[in-house]
Amino acid sequence: MAQMNMIQALNSALDVMLANDPNVLIFGEDVGYFGGVFRVTDGLQKKHGLTRCFDAPISEGGIIATAIGMGAYGLRPVPEIQFADYILPAYDQLVSEAARLRYRSGGEFSAPITVRSPYGGGIFGGQTHSQSPEAVFAHITGLKTVIPSNPYDAKGLLIASIECDDPVIFLEPKRLYNGPFDGRHDRQLRTWAGHAAGEVPEGHYTVPLGKAATVREGKDVTVIAYGTMVHVALGAIEESGIDAELIDLRSIVPLDIDAIVASVERTGRCVIVHEASRFGGFGGELSALVQERCFYRLKSPIERVAGWDTPYPHAFEWDYFVGPARIAAALNRAMEA
Amino acid sequence: MSNLPSLRLHIPVPPARPGDAPSFDHLRLSEAGAVRRPDSAAPEAEMRDLPYDLIRVLDGEGRAVGPWDPKLSPDMLRRGLRAMLATRLFDDRMFRLHRQGKTSFYMKSLGEEAIGVAQSLALGERDMSFPTYRMLGWLMARDYPLIHLVNEIFSNAEDPLKGKQLPILYSARDYGFYSLSGNVGSRFGHAVGWAMASAYKGDDGIAIGYIGEGTTAEGDFHEALTFASVYRAPVILCVTNNQYAISSFSGIAGAEATTFAAKAIAYGLPGLRVDGNDFLAVWAATIWAAERARTNHGATLIELFTYRAAGHSTSDDPTKYRPADEAEHWPLGDPVDRLRQHLIALGEWDEERHAALVAELTETIRAAVKQGEAVGTLGQSKPSVREMFEGVFKEPDWRLIEQRRELGV
Repeated sequence: MAQMNMIQALNSALDVMLANDPNVLIFGEDVGYFGGVFRVTDGLQKKHGLTRCFDAPISEGGIIATAIGMGAYGLRPVPEIQFADYILPAYDQLVSEAARLRYRSGGEFSAPITVRSPYGGGIFGGQTHSQSPEAVFAHITGLKTVIPSNPYDAKGLLIASIECDDPVIFLEPKRLYNGPFDGRHDRQLRTWAGHAAGEVPEGHYTVPLGKAATVREGKDVTVIAYGTMVHVALGAIEESGIDAELIDLRSIVPLDIDAIVASVERTGRCVIVHEASRFGGFGGELSALVQERCFYRLKSPIERVAGWDTPYPHAFEWDYFVGPARIAAALNRAMEA
Repeated sequence: MSNLPSLRLHIPVPPARPGDAPSFDHLRLSEAGAVRRPDSAAPEAEMRDLPYDLIRVLDGEGRAVGPWDPKLSPDMLRRGLRAMLATRLFDDRMFRLHRQGKTSFYMKSLGEEAIGVAQSLALGERDMSFPTYRMLGWLMARDYPLIHLVNEIFSNAEDPLKGKQLPILYSARDYGFYSLSGNVGSRFGHAVGWAMASAYKGDDGIAIGYIGEGTTAEGDFHEALTFASVYRAPVILCVTNNQYAISSFSGIAGAEATTFAAKAIAYGLPGLRVDGNDFLAVWAATIWAAERARTNHGATLIELFTYRAAGHSTSDDPTKYRPADEAEHWPLGDPVDRLRQHLIALGEWDEERHAALVAELTETIRAAVKQGEAVGTLGQSKPSVREMFEGVFKEPDWRLIEQRRELGV
């Protein structure tokens, strides 16, 4: 075991896979010699060679198109899109090609690619470095969408994603790269040092896709979250005095519906939290699933806490960002109803 | 107000519309044999004239002339003729079956048969094509079983793609034919990725990608050329310029300003402009580009200059937007007629043998259609509905399993 932050854990996952499988290669904007704007690929080119980890043109569509061609050939490319905000030029490739290649070719070709991309807010990145586009991938059948919330899971989920034979969108909550941010931006920030999930094995291990983690057990209300919101929700729960059960989905496709249903059936209450804007967000799907499967066990209306339906604003970072106060208010509404 | 004339918006219009006399006077054409053939390893900077010429081998009398003559054996020429004819006869038959309501959709390669056939024969078994929907000739040249085509077009119980894909959007990995899609252009970059993978692994296969002249306006085209250039990918990138994107003439895609082959120049890639109705010229240019790719000299852009003699698809009526007799006036002739004429000029073919070949192929196609009809035409037969839920992921997740149960299959 070693102490790692999420950047180091992701780097370790890539290092392990480059060493284990000659068909794994990495490319993306600034990922080669420089090691990526967030340093996730730091040192990998030097250690594994120029053709294993190299720079790509500023062309998200081109990066994903070539990755799909490589995947069809039999490689397992791990392209990086520098910010999830920039992934949309590649959306056609992901939706019309990667997600459907296996289906439409009768299984002759597939695209076993893992698209890594930092996402989410809380870093004063404004509209173009803060968005959470998970719902637009979750809606596309044929794609898997994975979102870790800590270093241990990040490494195990990334290895599982690379080894997965289906295309995976791997969204990295960049606000969690260096520490478990609980939304209290005005307080002393914590790092991963001393956090249990900052203890990361150095070798190969996987965290299975489609298996949620129960971060906190509780009997009063189920809180469903992923990414940065796991830590914000945990902080809010601890301050609220409410005995909430917190589920970290870890992947939204495949979705661990059994864990969600089992928990809500116990608690009878449900609060869904995500950073992305609310309307049409993944919380709507979660809410519908809980309603369909747990309606007669529900004691109160399902609550959704999400980003406002505005573009991600710069000056209003902490007015927009889902913080502990909004989660606490939702917990109280769920309990009072 | 200034003294300058007011600004005017230019909207390209073709030289002839329905009712007008067809006109191809504006085309840049070269004489057969007139274009030089540089060494395939020559620097790109020494061949920037080529994208504005037109590589042709067959002259008006059916003779092979000039430095690009690939000097193919009569057997190979006959093989090419056979595959081109098979493509044309199969297309005719399927078009009629569509009109009889036996399938939902069809697209013909009429007038473009030389491209798929010559390139399929010129390239190797380990090479992969990333085709457009007018590349049936590729499969015909590699003797892909006709019954697979028929079953796919009928989407019946024996459909190799298990009812999941529109007619003619084939996939045939073992025949070097990548999965087709109705989204034009989106596989152009896959060809580059495939070629990069082959180079990464130190293998010997190359890739050949296709895009229509209309689709060169998509970002996919420029992205693929950028990556092909940057990484010197062993890939041949082809623009099949058949003059039309559904109803829009090539001027709407930029043909008034330059040639499509000339787009290569900005990427530092060789650009060859080739008579796509000339089997020998297509072959020769392909072999040249393949040699360049196989020797790590990188990618080539080839514009295959041809003419879409049929409508865009079974849903299209070209007499609504171009002169009805325009195809007959195409100055580069018909690819099947030209290869036949060449073989006859060589003394290696005659009308009697040609008629016998047409009769034989017609019968083979008729038999394959009959066999497919026995399985069922569209709607009469289909794969198990369970198949609908297979192949979304490698293993279905709970949603798909639940939904399959909900449908009761």
